[in-house]
Amino acid sequence: MPSSPPASSFLRLGRRGFAAGAGSLVLGVVLRRHLRADAPGPLADVEGGDASPDLWIALEEDGTARITCHRSEMGQQVWTAMCQLVAEELEVPWEKVVVEQALGDPKYGDQNTDGSRSVRFNFTRLRIAGAAMRQMLEQAAATRWGVGAAQCRGVQGEVVHEGSDRRLPYGELAAAAAALTPPPERRIQLKDPDQWRYVAKPTPSLTIPAIVKGEGTFGIDVRLPEMLYAVVARPPQVLGSVRSFDDTAARRVPGVVRTIQLPAITAPVAFKPLGGVAVVARNTWAAIRGREELEVEWEAGPNASYDSEAYAETLFAQVREAGRVRRERGDTMGALDSAHQRVEAEYYVPHLAHSMMEPPAATARWDGDRVECWACTQNPQAARSTVAQVCGVPEANVTVHVTWLGGGFGRKSKQDFVAEAALLAREMGKPVKVTWTREDELRHGYYHTVSAQRLEGALDESGACTAFLHRTVFPPIASTFQEGANEPGWGDLRLGASDTPFAVPHLRLETGEAEAHVRIGWLRSVANIYHAFAVQSFVAELAHAAGRDPKDYLLELIGPPREIDPRTEGAEYDNYGSSMDTHPIDTGRLRAVTEMVAELADWGRTLPEGHGLGIAAHRSFTSYVATVVEVAMVDDRLTIPAVWSVMDAGTVVNTDHALSQLEGGTLFGLSNALYGEITAKDGAIVQDNFPRWRVMRMNESPPRMEARLVPSGAPPGGVGEPPTPPAAPALANAIFAATGTRVRRLPIFGADRRDRLGGAR
Amino acid sequence: MSITLTINGEEHEVEAAPDTPLLWVLRDHLGLTGTKYGCGVAQCGACTVHVDGVPRRACVAPVGSVAGKAVVTIEGVSGPEADAVREAWTELAVPQCGYCQSGQIMSAVALLKSRPSPSDDDIDRGMAGNICRCATYVRIRRAIKQAAGEGER
Repeated sequence: MPSSPPASSFLRLGRRGFAAGAGSLVLGVVLRRHLRADAPGPLADVEGGDASPDLWIALEEDGTARITCHRSEMGQQVWTAMCQLVAEELEVPWEKVVVEQALGDPKYGDQNTDGSRSVRFNFTRLRIAGAAMRQMLEQAAATRWGVGAAQCRGVQGEVVHEGSDRRLPYGELAAAAAALTPPPERRIQLKDPDQWRYVAKPTPSLTIPAIVKGEGTFGIDVRLPEMLYAVVARPPQVLGSVRSFDDTAARRVPGVVRTIQLPAITAPVAFKPLGGVAVVARNTWAAIRGREELEVEWEAGPNASYDSEAYAETLFAQVREAGRVRRERGDTMGALDSAHQRVEAEYYVPHLAHSMMEPPAATARWDGDRVECWACTQNPQAARSTVAQVCGVPEANVTVHVTWLGGGFGRKSKQDFVAEAALLAREMGKPVKVTWTREDELRHGYYHTVSAQRLEGALDESGACTAFLHRTVFPPIASTFQEGANEPGWGDLRLGASDTPFAVPHLRLETGEAEAHVRIGWLRSVANIYHAFAVQSFVAELAHAAGRDPKDYLLELIGPPREIDPRTEGAEYDNYGSSMDTHPIDTGRLRAVTEMVAELADWGRTLPEGHGLGIAAHRSFTSYVATVVEVAMVDDRLTIPAVWSVMDAGTVVNTDHALSQLEGGTLFGLSNALYGEITAKDGAIVQDNFPRWRVMRMNESPPRMEARLVPSGAPPGGVGEPPTPPAAPALANAIFAATGTRVRRLPIFGADRRDRLGGAR
Repeated sequence: MSITLTINGEEHEVEAAPDTPLLWVLRDHLGLTGTKYGCGVAQCGACTVHVDGVPRRACVAPVGSVAGKAVVTIEGVSGPEADAVREAWTELAVPQCGYCQSGQIMSAVALLKSRPSPSDDDIDRGMAGNICRCATYVRIRRAIKQAAGEGER
């Protein structure tokens, strides 16, 4: 019978395992000693960061290439993508690639796996690292043969001498190559795209062969010798605390070892644990049962009056007041006042929960004043600093291992659960795994914010839009990190509000204040969700008011191909961390995906009775996605027979996995729009598990879904998040086309599981 | 108390209260972590196993109720349907994060055993109990059809 395996067995994550064979030569380790003693190597500061090959690649004598992935694998197939980039230039056979998951360490540069930027930020430097090592191997072979390096080529794990067709496997050259200094960047020769064998191809996944056998270690799967299992009873309200508790019954549950009161949280909440009482037991079930028997009196704290129904009215009242101007072109208010026709609409999007299928889970083990953590974290560096801060130890004493993530969607960028494990393991003097139940995940999340938006448009006699006012009100993400922050920041606004690319003479963005009463966090595509919902719904409303086809009207608003820079109109805009030179806001590309998806969906065809098509297009994370949704309202029952999505993400590293993201990200957006709503009553979250928090299931998913990528040589854009924003407005626009009812308040289905089409605001 | 379980053809003695959900016995007592926790209330299907060939949610199956029965988990599921499902899942790159996929595969194998050529409605009914938050439904549907086609060969 399997017992707790030794800690090292946890590391056997990959399809081929991590353990290096005895006597294997690891080039990277040798190089690291050689180079890091005094000065950084010549590739320590290329585009994207450190491309020193020893940081990323270790070659073994048998030719195995162990490639370090510093980003977190959460289904976006980042293991595969990062390895594709290195292996492409290194020229190793794909079956010789083994992934090594990096610890949290600043030497890798940014490891925060969110913002759809793993490929965007590492596309160049990982290829340089691979090419540098290949050139060192070529040089080592040239020296061995006494020929010029120019005649030597690394090809699929061997260096080949072009004059004589002599060959040497990489493994045999590793030791000699290790003695060389990496070439400077100007001497690195990257392949032309037409030579790529892995990049921009459907290269096979490095995780799926293990997944289908139930292998691979997620955060919740970690097992250490002598490990104890904990669940935590947390305060129902954010900034609430334990008044008193009685654990008599809890401690009687067989398997329960102890209860521990965690320190109360103080504002700002940041990534700190929420406090409460932990039940530590010999297995997860005993901990869950013990928690059921725990009696806790809570101090409700300052957020006890938070009520979603009342708060929605507060937001609507705020959004009807003039706000603070954040971007302005022309004289929008004047143009609205003198409009031939003025169109107004208000939209509401509720809080959402991430509900990744694996709830947060982390394990910690102390050795003296040093702690080792294993966690399904999107951001191991933040996990490290959070644990250090919460436990009062230097960061250098904290080691963070990244497991697989059973979904992340932004929740696992927050490190409260890792700190809980560290606190409890220290208290117990033994390894402790903290598991969040589904109820915990839904009731104690970092929620997607709640928002109200008001849009106004001026139409002239011809129906053309001359002025566009967008006012957005929501508790900002900054409130999580700064007590009292109540105004949308540029970081929220750049997500589909300050970058609206419309060709109208008068354009204005305004914001209003809103207090947060729960922890607000980012969720896949973040503010783009509600901004795109409002803006792209409103485009269809304007089209309707003008008596025009919504697709044609959308293209007219996007206008001719050109580049937009919101900074020229008063907005601060960081373009998702990419340069405006390499990743401009290009309306030509937005037009192109719109036209392509319309063609794919055969826009304009005659539809069956009760059917309707809706379209939306949106740029986010520097990529462009357009979506068409077909709905059918037959016998008062809403279904989605088909969805079409087209994405231009520039150069795509893995074409098949990008399509998978486009499919899944679109359905993620539809699921939230159809069913997603988290509400608070008396400051506590009402939804506690899947019956009440609803997500799309197989029988609710569209039977037909067509996804396409735009072939592009542009620099890579994001892939994981851009598919989500256009889904909701495309759905709402389709519902309008089918029924004449405009959905302005999400979700479409209420808690009673009936659609709200009759009750739309 | 001591309970004898047959899991993937092997007998195991475990010390657990009979009302302990099979899920936690598999994961914590036996280290078979391929079967996942997702909700604990039989709503998401991540914990799906086969008990005497029938799919069951391990999170609500008391371990006492499966004593003496044949329990099969993702680690042990085999046969032509399982082979066809794994092959189709790999070839079509169905999983994203993979967390729910143990349960999806167990449900798909059970579906194909009872309906070798499932219709879309059969797939809807057979798979509606398995939530995938990555929303890989498009590929799951395609892969089940592909696996069914291969089963016929």
